[in-house]
Amino acid sequence: MTTTLARSASRRLRQESSRLFVIRELGIVAALTLLVVVTTIVNPRFLTSQGIKDLLLGSTILAILAVGQTVVVITRNVDLSAGSVLGLSAFATGSLFVAAPGLPIPVAVVAGVLLGAACGAVNGGLIAAVQVPSLVVTLGTLYVFRGIDYTWASGRQINAADMPGAFLSMGNTTPVMTMFAIVVLVAAGYYLRAFRSGRELYAIGSHPDAARLAGIPVGRRVLAAFVVSGALAGLAGVLYAARFGTLDANAGTGLELNVVAAVVVGGVAIFGGSGSVYGAAIGALLLTTIGSALPALGVSPFWQRASVGALILAAIGLDRALAVRLARTLRSGR
Amino acid sequence: MRGVVRGLSSWEAVVVIALVVVVAVGALAIEGVASPRFWRFVSLEVIPIALIALPMTLVIITGEIDLSVASVLGLTCATMGQLWVWGVTSLPLLIAAALLLGALLGAVNGLFVTGFGLPSLAVTIGTLALYRGLAYVILGDRAVADYPPEWASAAIAPIPGLTIPWMIIVVAVLAAGFGVVLHATPIGRGLYAMGNNAEAARFTGISVRRTTFWLFVATGAMSALAGVFWTLRYASARADNGNGLELAVIAAVLLGGVSIFGGRGRLAGVLAAVLLLGTLRNALQLADVPANTLTIITGSLLIVSVVGPNVVVKLRARKDRSWQRGVPWRFSPR
Repeated sequence: MTTTLARSASRRLRQESSRLFVIRELGIVAALTLLVVVTTIVNPRFLTSQGIKDLLLGSTILAILAVGQTVVVITRNVDLSAGSVLGLSAFATGSLFVAAPGLPIPVAVVAGVLLGAACGAVNGGLIAAVQVPSLVVTLGTLYVFRGIDYTWASGRQINAADMPGAFLSMGNTTPVMTMFAIVVLVAAGYYLRAFRSGRELYAIGSHPDAARLAGIPVGRRVLAAFVVSGALAGLAGVLYAARFGTLDANAGTGLELNVVAAVVVGGVAIFGGSGSVYGAAIGALLLTTIGSALPALGVSPFWQRASVGALILAAIGLDRALAVRLARTLRSGR
Repeated sequence: MRGVVRGLSSWEAVVVIALVVVVAVGALAIEGVASPRFWRFVSLEVIPIALIALPMTLVIITGEIDLSVASVLGLTCATMGQLWVWGVTSLPLLIAAALLLGALLGAVNGLFVTGFGLPSLAVTIGTLALYRGLAYVILGDRAVADYPPEWASAAIAPIPGLTIPWMIIVVAVLAAGFGVVLHATPIGRGLYAMGNNAEAARFTGISVRRTTFWLFVATGAMSALAGVFWTLRYASARADNGNGLELAVIAAVLLGGVSIFGGRGRLAGVLAAVLLLGTLRNALQLADVPANTLTIITGSLLIVSVVGPNVVVKLRARKDRSWQRGVPWRFSPR
């Protein structure tokens, strides 16, 4: 009897939360659709093939960073060093091509990913081994990685002429760039959904102590999450180099806040345990779209930041309202 | 070993000793550090950071965080600039308007956190973007720089007979005020209680919501005061004034020994850390050490400030474990 009750309650919870999950994702998609439709009606040139190309190219890098950040945020941590890792990896990619002009592109991509993974391992190692808060450690490595980047660059700049043409054209070919984002997104989404260790990341974020008592190797999982986040920031750095061509030590400065914003807007709870990479990626797409929709709507581009801020507040407010409703529904036992 | 461990557990002492060592070594090794002019520059640089670090210390001790402080500073500068353009030429009126605005912006943060029960980390990432965005909406990329030159000279005027600016006295008085509230009143003890366990604090009769709300208001007002000083000192109001300053402030607070989880830290440690970072930055500049080295040092210090005490705790735990074996949750991170 009790077991049946418990089972039905847990099924309720599952149904109810997956319904809310859908509501949440649909909410962002609806906001995105509304924005695109209104902008296209006001300014038909917004959705030309060039416009779509710009949108997809622009959101690729942010979406990849947001996927990495989601994996970390789900475990109730945060990676503030993502922008610095991107900068370091972008400059490394450029330097690699300067040093070895004939280098095959896949080698450069792998090098960038490995560099990022190494940075992520530094973050994750400190957090997992010494059990220090990720907010502080990654704030520290935000400075350290950026400082290394500055020291390495020492005022130099890498120009498009230093990099192979095929690499640069890859960075401006929409299907290739979008494919990078989609592969990363689907792989991370499938891993978090279907793998035991992926589910354990959610358990860690929901209740770290309970996860530890349940036998989940919390330290190892958190370390892995940071390595993934670092590796994806490294990949984003390579793509950044390919897309923009001109690199100095400032690449990606301040980007970490946009990434966290995309993740929060995408419905990933900042204190872990819930959310999906798909939501975060749509969040990244939405933020990028706002950036290009405002000029198309004839609104001063200076409104962009303010509208992003308002969007974040609206998103976390909505999450809160949904959570309250979920709790009430479950308690009333309907 | 015991003595070292006990000494290190008072992190404030370590920071103060580091400050003394930096000053002593700097005065001996770097020409100019002993000069009064050097301390004038150090003071001018630390004033805005110290002004914001005071309330930030209290906020972090209660277990909350305010990432929007630099944006409040920027929006205050922009508003003062626009009021000046509109013909408000009375300095007291401008200052009053700025402080009122700052308190209002802080109240918005406080309302979202206490009224809607949203996490302050997410809320203030949102208002970080929102407030900075509004500053851009007001000023765009314009700079308002035609303030009377005597305002700037009044803001940075030295204490008669010394080279240190008189604003340091204002900072000292405010620091004393915050110090008394934090360390010598029931309110202050309540803040620690809230940081250790908000639920328990509520049951002891502390009005957690109201206290948190007013802390955010105070943080807003103090950030606005820093904004007033910024505008006057540089005689320039721009939308990007103080961009990224929130990270410098939080780095100083955490380096000063305040736990990011709340419930731990002292104001003296924070003030020593603010001075340490300011002195280090200026001394290294005098020694022609590139700024990026300082970025690396700041980040590393921040990491050491959390890793150091934790490693000590772990070492001690290992020593004591002989009689506590099998109680894995005994040593949770601080």
